[in-house]
Amino acid sequence: MKMTPKLATLLILAALVLLAPFLFPSNFYYRVGALIFVNSIAVTGIVILTGYAGQISLGHAGFAGIGAYACALAPAHFGIHPALAVVLGAAISALLAWLVGRPILRLKGYYLGVATLGLGILISMMLNNERQLTRGPDGIEVPELGLRALLKGWGLDLTNGQFWYYFCGLCMILGAWLALNLHNSPSGRALRALHGSEVAARTVGVDVARMKLQAFVISAVYASVSGSLLALQNKFITPDVAGFMHSIEMVTMAVLGGVGSVLGAIFGAAILTLLPQVLTVFAEYEQLVLGLVMMLVMIFLREGLLPSILRKLRRKGE
Amino acid sequence: MSELLQFLFSGVTVGAVYALVALGFTIIYNASDVVNFAQGEFVMLGGMITWFAHQAGIPLPIAAFLAISITAAIGVAMNKLAIEPARGAPIVSLIIITIGASIFLQGAAQLVFDKQIHDFPAFSGNTPIRVGGATILPQSLWVIGGALAVFVGLWIFFTRTLLGRAVLATSNNRLAAQLVGINTNFVMTLSFALSAGIGALAGVLATPITLTAYNVGIAFALKGFAGAMLGGMGNPKGALVGGFLIGLIEALTAGYLSSQYKDAAAFVVILLVLFVRPQGLFGRKSTDRV
Amino acid sequence: MTKTTAGALCALLTAFSLAPAAQAEIRLGASISATGPAAFLGDPEAKTLELLVEELNAKGGIDGEKIKLVLYDDGGDPNKARTFATRLIEDDEVVAIIGGTTTGASMSILAVAEDAEVPFISLAGAIEIIKPVRPFVFKTPHTDRMACQKIFEDMQKRGFTKIGMISGTDGFGASMQAQCKDVVGDYGIEIVSDETYNPTDADMTAQLTKIRNASGVQAVLNPGFGQGPSIVTRNYRQLAIDLPLYQSHGVASNGFIELAGAQAAEGVRLPGTALLVADLLAEEDPQREVVVAYRDAFEEKTKTPVGTFGGYAHDAFLIFTDAVARAGSTEPGDIRDAIEATAGLAGTTGIYNFSAEDHLGLDLSAFRMLEIKNGAWTLVE
Repeated sequence: MKMTPKLATLLILAALVLLAPFLFPSNFYYRVGALIFVNSIAVTGIVILTGYAGQISLGHAGFAGIGAYACALAPAHFGIHPALAVVLGAAISALLAWLVGRPILRLKGYYLGVATLGLGILISMMLNNERQLTRGPDGIEVPELGLRALLKGWGLDLTNGQFWYYFCGLCMILGAWLALNLHNSPSGRALRALHGSEVAARTVGVDVARMKLQAFVISAVYASVSGSLLALQNKFITPDVAGFMHSIEMVTMAVLGGVGSVLGAIFGAAILTLLPQVLTVFAEYEQLVLGLVMMLVMIFLREGLLPSILRKLRRKGE
Repeated sequence: MSELLQFLFSGVTVGAVYALVALGFTIIYNASDVVNFAQGEFVMLGGMITWFAHQAGIPLPIAAFLAISITAAIGVAMNKLAIEPARGAPIVSLIIITIGASIFLQGAAQLVFDKQIHDFPAFSGNTPIRVGGATILPQSLWVIGGALAVFVGLWIFFTRTLLGRAVLATSNNRLAAQLVGINTNFVMTLSFALSAGIGALAGVLATPITLTAYNVGIAFALKGFAGAMLGGMGNPKGALVGGFLIGLIEALTAGYLSSQYKDAAAFVVILLVLFVRPQGLFGRKSTDRV
Repeated sequence: MTKTTAGALCALLTAFSLAPAAQAEIRLGASISATGPAAFLGDPEAKTLELLVEELNAKGGIDGEKIKLVLYDDGGDPNKARTFATRLIEDDEVVAIIGGTTTGASMSILAVAEDAEVPFISLAGAIEIIKPVRPFVFKTPHTDRMACQKIFEDMQKRGFTKIGMISGTDGFGASMQAQCKDVVGDYGIEIVSDETYNPTDADMTAQLTKIRNASGVQAVLNPGFGQGPSIVTRNYRQLAIDLPLYQSHGVASNGFIELAGAQAAEGVRLPGTALLVADLLAEEDPQREVVVAYRDAFEEKTKTPVGTFGGYAHDAFLIFTDAVARAGSTEPGDIRDAIEATAGLAGTTGIYNFSAEDHLGLDLSAFRMLEIKNGAWTLVE
């Protein structure tokens, strides 16, 4: 059987999720792993929006905020199970993306950037200011998902850290699988055509506006689910999750790793999640190094870390 | 009536700072099609370096001059080291590079200076000037005057001088500009120096009102960016009007509607304007090259 | 390809797992917002802890055992704070954690500490941190509710019944705003105008004009920290509002007087701690010795004025070392029990008396109403 890139990506991800714990020096690394997977889900959405469709968003953390606060608020106010709240959050995010997407996506480049930025800021401002509902900037508790207890009942006893590691890992692989399917579908091809040249895509009959909107909505759902998982895992959430810096972080992870492929973007998420943990040794220089890394990678490895590394390796192999 | 006047004073004071930042965005955008998210850090550097030099005993005007020159040099270095090598990179990469530069400058500032909040004395004292029942600080007049002076200076530069037209020509078509003998590299260097200098000037003028710290840059960058986009990127007139408009919208919303949502009002207006005019208020309509 | 990616990951993982396992020391963990929006608070807290650990170790530590401080900067991000708390417990194997500069960060850390049964002393204000009481969670600062009460007590004494409020929208300002609105009724005071500003705002004259024009306002209260309150105070004088202005404990530092300007800050009142009026304390005041010692050491080392927030870190460290010494053990459980039994411990913030029902250990008496006169702090009454 010939291995397709899709199958290869999924196998690599699965192998990493399963094998990495054998190298963990302590239980702390389950936490880092789970964070990498949560971020990976968000950046997979960015791959669809930016990598496939060529659109920019500087406000996707807003959708992560919606997903996160759905998990905090829906169970408390409507008595919904937290798992259903994830779906509810995703639905609200999708609806919002669909409503604002049409007018926003007519904009190009930096204008699209400022419009999405505004959208993200509006959402984070609401989470901050609507104190009666969200309890404001100090944050709010999120109920227990309850899945761990359920697994325990079935004889699978995991620590909290382990559970979230494997659960988020599974969600990440699922998200990657869906994104890769999209990539190979007619819609995916149309999206990529549009990335190449909107005018050209239009002339060959691609409904450009509809395709862009589709990518925007799907990526919003990814961001929302990632926010939900973060909230459920931390059992506490603050409006920071919807902040501008989080939006930038998502885009940076994806682009740094290589926004053209799911694997590349996930690699970026892993690097940028690990970086602050590595840099604690010289905490004072953390910002300096982070800024430097961002600039250097974008200047010298333009397509992103993973594609550039792979190319170098391939060249060496020849 | 005096109430409205007070809101307007508040709006133009803050708006003038935004306008200065927006003008800085515009110059770099004109020369290189790059939106420089580190623009806010220039404002921070202007304020912090002036404070640092002043508390070391250097007279304020010299400290301010030092701050503007050093920041301009940092702008030039940023162009040489980070922007020029990345020419032709997609917009997302450029955004990340300039945000990277912004984080880098913040990190450097907290090491070189400190993490405390600082200020230095106002240029003409702190006695408020009373006008029709409202008050305005002399320093506000400095900021407003600074914004208008920079705008007029830029306008003359871009329309009346050969060099200014060379900058515009470079922004329109880099290759054609090179063909007619314009040193486009020099144009880029000049633009970054000018833009960083104007940012630093904003910091020097505004710090006695707004105070400064290593992390104030990002807020200025966001508001200035919003102002520049509202007016239409690449147009100094748009930047000036956009900056002042954002300041006024904020102050009037805080005064008459809700201070909680005054920032929201500014972004709602931007979204509405962009829906109707995707190129901003004064921007040129762009056509795709196929 | 699989191999190389896995290899890279391996290298990265091992790169930062080389923590030495020397155990002849007491490992104290800290996660503090030394950078980010709360750096103004976190920076002095981090410096205080470093200073105190150095001082104590120079003196030979606790019963000959030196303290090893593992300090992380969470940048005020609750998600990062949770990660660092996990790292402190799982990887660094600390016996206690001090930190959580902001309420959000504290709430994130406390869940981890509670699960792992490691004592956590929070440096944040909100009452939710210790109410309901959680066995392993303590805190050193007064709650913002107490700050409101102290201020309203003073207003009541001066006969004010209608006030205006202008609050920052950051966690500190918003939380205190809510607490103040909650207790204001107990003092027969009505809030007739309630405005906010963003922590990065440059001008608050619009909001203050609105407050001034609200009918019957007799005083104004400004909950917030950072540069906001300084700008509010300056704008207040610019508009020549002659009503009494109250600030919160969020700006209780000489830095505030410097930034607002002695002229503009004249007459401003706020609930502060003994730290700011060290020289005005009576000789027999039980806090005098500790307050003067800390102030001198901090100002000598950092060349910056001492403030309430560094004091919170000082007190947390004091409570921890006191508990370890009394427990004669470095088991987290024993330290927790000893902290809960703390009695009559004089810190910079007040005299701490913990109990099973009270994990804050301070009462309103620890707050002192201060007024700025001629650019210096004075005690009211």
